[in-house]
Amino acid sequence: MHISRIQAPVKKKDHDEKFGAHALFVDDLQDKVYLYAKAVRSPVPHGKIKSIEFPELPEGCYKVTMDDVPQNGVVVIQADQPVFAGDVVRYIGECICLIVAPTQRMADELAAEVKLDIEELEPDLELRKGNEIAHEYRYETGDVERAFAEAVDIFEETFETGYQEQAYIEPQGMIAEWEDGIMTVKGSLQCPYYVQTSIKHAFKLDDQHVRIIQMATGGGFGGKEDYPSVIGCQVAAAAYAIGKPVKMIYRRQEDMEVTTKRHPSKSTYRTALDKDGNILAMDIDVMFNGGAYPGLSSVVLQRGLICATSVYTIPAVRALGTINLTNTVPNGAYRGFGAPQTTFAMEQHMAHLAKHVGQDVLDFRLKYVAKQGDHTSTGGKHSTKIVMPELIDRVLKKSDYRNKVEQFKNQTGRYRRGIGFAMFSHGCGFTGSAERDLLKSVAHLYKHADNRVEVRVANTDIGQGIKTTLCKIVADTLDIPLERVFCNNPDTFIVPDSGPTVASRSLMIVGRLIQRAAIRMKEEWEDGVEKLYEEHFIEEPTTIAWDITKFFGDAYPTYSWGVYALETIVDTVTAKTELVKLWGAYDIGTPGDETIAMGQMMGGLTQGLAYGSIEDMVAVDGKIKQNAFNSYNIPTSSDICDFDLEFVNNPYEWGPYGAKGAGELPLNGGAPVYTQSIENALGADVMKIPCTVEEVMELL
Amino acid sequence: MIRFKLNGKDVESKMLPGARLIDSIREEFGQIGTKEGCSEGECGACAVLIDGELVNSCLVALGSIEGQEIVTIEGYRETDRFKVLDKAYMKAGGVQCGICTPGMILATEALLAKNPHPSREEVKVGLAGNLCRCTGYNMIVDAVLQAAEEGDGLW
Ligand code: FES
Ligand code: FES
Repeated sequence: MHISRIQAPVKKKDHDEKFGAHALFVDDLQDKVYLYAKAVRSPVPHGKIKSIEFPELPEGCYKVTMDDVPQNGVVVIQADQPVFAGDVVRYIGECICLIVAPTQRMADELAAEVKLDIEELEPDLELRKGNEIAHEYRYETGDVERAFAEAVDIFEETFETGYQEQAYIEPQGMIAEWEDGIMTVKGSLQCPYYVQTSIKHAFKLDDQHVRIIQMATGGGFGGKEDYPSVIGCQVAAAAYAIGKPVKMIYRRQEDMEVTTKRHPSKSTYRTALDKDGNILAMDIDVMFNGGAYPGLSSVVLQRGLICATSVYTIPAVRALGTINLTNTVPNGAYRGFGAPQTTFAMEQHMAHLAKHVGQDVLDFRLKYVAKQGDHTSTGGKHSTKIVMPELIDRVLKKSDYRNKVEQFKNQTGRYRRGIGFAMFSHGCGFTGSAERDLLKSVAHLYKHADNRVEVRVANTDIGQGIKTTLCKIVADTLDIPLERVFCNNPDTFIVPDSGPTVASRSLMIVGRLIQRAAIRMKEEWEDGVEKLYEEHFIEEPTTIAWDITKFFGDAYPTYSWGVYALETIVDTVTAKTELVKLWGAYDIGTPGDETIAMGQMMGGLTQGLAYGSIEDMVAVDGKIKQNAFNSYNIPTSSDICDFDLEFVNNPYEWGPYGAKGAGELPLNGGAPVYTQSIENALGADVMKIPCTVEEVMELL
Repeated sequence: MIRFKLNGKDVESKMLPGARLIDSIREEFGQIGTKEGCSEGECGACAVLIDGELVNSCLVALGSIEGQEIVTIEGYRETDRFKVLDKAYMKAGGVQCGICTPGMILATEALLAKNPHPSREEVKVGLAGNLCRCTGYNMIVDAVLQAAEEGDGLW
């Protein structure tokens, strides 16, 4: 493949500071004398707080309660959860108040001595029909009623997916300072302006009095999209009440027990078939466990529901999705954002349909793969070029899938090989019209007098390399050396609100703003002159405008696509599965940097494989059981196999240098390719992920 | 008073013998390159070299290291071997968020010191005590293999 200048790998902008360990993460700040906060949390899933009894607090130690917050609400989308629980607690681990002390140890010890008198109320712990519903969406395209009336066969299945923990290696943490009427919050976070919005609300402050600064961030994966608003408000309350800088750093156990995770789900797929085994319509019901508070769940569900038919064009679709509230830890953003759940369910269902009608599991699916011009699940139109046939072809060839899948059928020995094949996509950018109506992103490019150029955006580099890819766009557009372009960690007193670092949008959307600013800068370039260039979001053309009230139209301006094949060996005695090799191909437009983009693919793929196989997390009686890395297993270097991955260049007209969204895509296909390989090896149907050793045992 | 060598310098810790080595390194001696990811010996972000052996400093009581020689990233980054790793990790794309990186570098050193020319499989096993959530490891494994090749003779 020809590699353009923008694709050619460079040394990452933050390489030296990260490799030499000079970069400061929030816990590394030793610039002042900090106080340390520890949360006092609910031990019950549902209850009425009757009283809180604090121990004698030594000099220099404090309690911080809801009385210290002018408006006791954390705004994620709406202020639907308290900063500190009021009269009622709704999940185990809900924060009731803080103890603040000169050392972490003292804070921990004093917090353990706080006595809570809570009258327990009946909790609702399981995801089921009949939970309280926080959000509900539905859509219908084509004549579903008629299709089901005319069907000669109806095939129905229910799939379940579990929690997934983001497991960033740096736990959550923030510090706050309240000085001269300005609240400064620094921390490990993805979206500085989300934290700002929340703190402005809670403390009744305006933009000029809330300053958010991102520190080096040790991984996010969505886990630092919404949750930092919660910690941010809590630690700010401490600083506000005490008037001294306060640090709040979670330890792993606390982080795993109380922070947001991927929504567990239950999806039922009902498909109407004609006499030849063709799909006439699907009726899909998706339930996501929102946990105790809605938070971001509505938008996670929107994406999950839109993706319910994954890469396939189905003649008629009816879909209903709900966010069910339970007395468990609130769930939120995690790479893939609702899509991994339904991508898994749809891919499994399509393969099972093929078996049901007696057709080949791959050929059956291939008949329905979306083509340019097809309608989308929500009645929009795939208006951009789709190169799925090429991706499929490449993966089939290099994996030798067709031969192997036949060879691996009906094995009998102890060790059984399997090969799986999965197709997946990801809608690029925010769902619907949010970019235009809500985010209205603004980006700045600043030319310094010394002719160095600074990218000023609110987007954070959490390892995905956005600083580098943005600087490359600027350097290439201006035709200046990359060394003369730089991008610092965002500080809301300096950078404009270019929107959150989510939804695989930073490069595609913000990159384009920066590119436009650079084009103008180039036209007006004058050595030694200082000047700021500002760009505002302009909507890319879609064919059918999105209407959230009808849940209809183009939900995304374009999609990224991918294909995987995976070979595994199942030991039928121990039920352990070994990964042999994974082959893949992606269309992410034109990658902004080959190495960075490949790193995103490999990292996302690894998380996806683990989501489908080993990452098992459950709440027992409302309490998260796996609260450490020895009980919640994320992959180690010895768990993974070799990956043979490639990009097919398919430039997107509206992305900078042809780029589309990339970060989330690779995760979506990880689980189904794993379960498909297990199905091939064992000849059994997988209905649930993670497909752990215990699950494989059941299948045998 | 516990005495040990930290990155080539003789130091004395005023912390109690039961205190964790990681706290002494970070808080007492301000060497923040050693990271805390799990506090229980599972992630390797806090790994340091104690007399050349890779050890998770969150599990080490200060009292147990009297007289020993500790190397953290702050000391290791001054070496020629580090320079080789730096280049190899950079080329291979072995660094994303960077929180696992100091531990991963020291794990690489410990591995190459024992086995200067490891196979791919040996690298995977050698780094299995250090979790990385960002990269999916393959690029790190590539980096280590590259370093072994380019740094031939250094280890
Ligand atoms: S912090 Fe020591 S091993 Fe994780
Ligand atoms: S680079 Fe982020 S954990 Fe390894």
